[in-house]
Amino acid sequence: MNIDPLLFQLSEVSFAYRNTKVLEGIDLQLDKGRFYGLIGANGSGKSTLIELLMGMHKTVTGDILYKNKLMESYSRQELATQLALVPQNFTMGFEYQVRDVVLMGRHPHIPRFSSPSTPDLQAVDEAMQTMDITHLQSRPVSALSGGELQRVVMARALAQETEVLILDEATSNLDIHHTIAIMQVMRKRVDKQGLTVIAAIHDLNLAAAFCDECLVLRDGQIFDHGPVEELFTSELLHAAFEVEATIQRQGDHGRPQIQFRYQ
Amino acid sequence: MTISRPLLFIVLLFLFLCAAIVLATGMGFLKIAPLEVIQILWAQLAGQEANGMDPTFPFVVMEVRLPRILTAALVGGGLAVAGAVFQAILLNPLADPYTLGISSGAAFGASLAIILTLFGITVPAWFSIPIFAFFGAMGTLIGVFSLAAPDNRLSSNTLILSGVIVAAILSAGIGFIKYLADEQVSIIIFWLMGSFVGRTWTDVLSTTAVVLPGLLFVLYFARDLNIMALGERTADTLGVETARVKKMLLLCASLITAICVSVSGIIGFVGLIIPHLLRMILGPDNRVLLPACFLGGGILLLGADTITRAWLPSEIPIGVLTSLIGGPFFCYIFRKKQLALSS
Repeated sequence: MNIDPLLFQLSEVSFAYRNTKVLEGIDLQLDKGRFYGLIGANGSGKSTLIELLMGMHKTVTGDILYKNKLMESYSRQELATQLALVPQNFTMGFEYQVRDVVLMGRHPHIPRFSSPSTPDLQAVDEAMQTMDITHLQSRPVSALSGGELQRVVMARALAQETEVLILDEATSNLDIHHTIAIMQVMRKRVDKQGLTVIAAIHDLNLAAAFCDECLVLRDGQIFDHGPVEELFTSELLHAAFEVEATIQRQGDHGRPQIQFRYQ
Repeated sequence: MTISRPLLFIVLLFLFLCAAIVLATGMGFLKIAPLEVIQILWAQLAGQEANGMDPTFPFVVMEVRLPRILTAALVGGGLAVAGAVFQAILLNPLADPYTLGISSGAAFGASLAIILTLFGITVPAWFSIPIFAFFGAMGTLIGVFSLAAPDNRLSSNTLILSGVIVAAILSAGIGFIKYLADEQVSIIIFWLMGSFVGRTWTDVLSTTAVVLPGLLFVLYFARDLNIMALGERTADTLGVETARVKKMLLLCASLITAICVSVSGIIGFVGLIIPHLLRMILGPDNRVLLPACFLGGGILLLGADTITRAWLPSEIPIGVLTSLIGGPFFCYIFRKKQLALSS
């Protein structure tokens, strides 16, 4: 049996807000069961690319195929069972409890007027355990710290149990312990359960340590992409981020470690 | 999320509303015992004559008091549900039908209907006022939307801002109508302050015909409304057609507001206080909150109307009463909440 690993296929995609071009000439293929990092300077188009992958905007030119079907041909509900997003910012309108918010991740799986089933509740408990927020479950979300809130949002996305998890700088509010914990959880799910992760990451060392492949965006175009072991070079960092850095590798094909030159 | 406790609360509210209707019907210049009220109602339902009591009682109950009482309860429920929907959509616990200018639009339309006679056009008021109020509300809704339209994600800030602008223009328009109205001005003013005097079964029917289907409609989307508390972007990713649900629910809540304003005038604070209070008791889950708001709003407005009708020596406009009691009460809640946040 031959399973097509291809998930996303973007050809000649461009996108603009009103008259401001944000993305141009994006050709991209993303496969199932891989951990992709999306890196690039502020304003390089990472968030917009993520929104396009989530089907939140129509492209200006070019097509996005998901599982060989046009993105537009899916209903929101269908997409919600396939793709989950962990946004960068998160605000909550009302005083819902942590558990209720995580349960909202099950929304696309629960038919209208039905109560959550046992598997729904199990997924919620499991996600809360994974994100280390079980002890917070009956707290109102408004009473949480930024990092706790970020873990709640992450748990909600995990509870959604989708094939693809898309993160928009989701670890930016977290301490190093929880950052590593989240990255490890995702790495494990990619390896064991065939999850696909697409994560915009600012911390290049984090991207280098956990991703399989990185896409480098610059000025709305894909500047470079490839496996992290080969991709990171001083020249690339200079060209994409305008920083000076040396790259160290452990062994021949080890993961690179970046040391920035601050002065 | 336990479902039994909120359900019990709703059942209690429902029983309380029924009891309030019976009690209020007995109150007034002619005192009628609650048991006699039930007897009269029972006899009416069974199609018989009620025996063994003052023969004017059935007339007072069925033709004078009950239509007014039911209208008050329905309008209270409708305004509270509309308020809860606006709040859930705008993610602003302090929003209500007024923030979007919907009430002002309905009031403008209705005032226009009242002064039509000045231009020699005579349309029966029971017909023209609701229709004009409805078109006023819808016109305002369309105006507010098209002002906010370039931002087609309908963000709440843009919507509220547009609502405030449109409402300001409309209240100037109402002022102009009052200036034109001359002799009719007292009718307009009394009506603008809100009143249930002289409501008939026609009002009960027209209000029921809009408010009850409206309630069912918003209940159908109650869970989507919950998800929308996560913000539009996130709600979209969870499979909610946010922009579409928003539009439909705004339309529905505006319709409810229009019918309420057209039968009773402007009655403030019900749509603000009831959802707010009940959210503090029941939590924000709209599946529970919306039906509770309907019952709670009904109880509040029925209570307020009974106070002006049966207790006060002379009747004052109910809109004035709800604002006089509701305003300071709301300030108290708001202040308490601010203090709790800062400590």
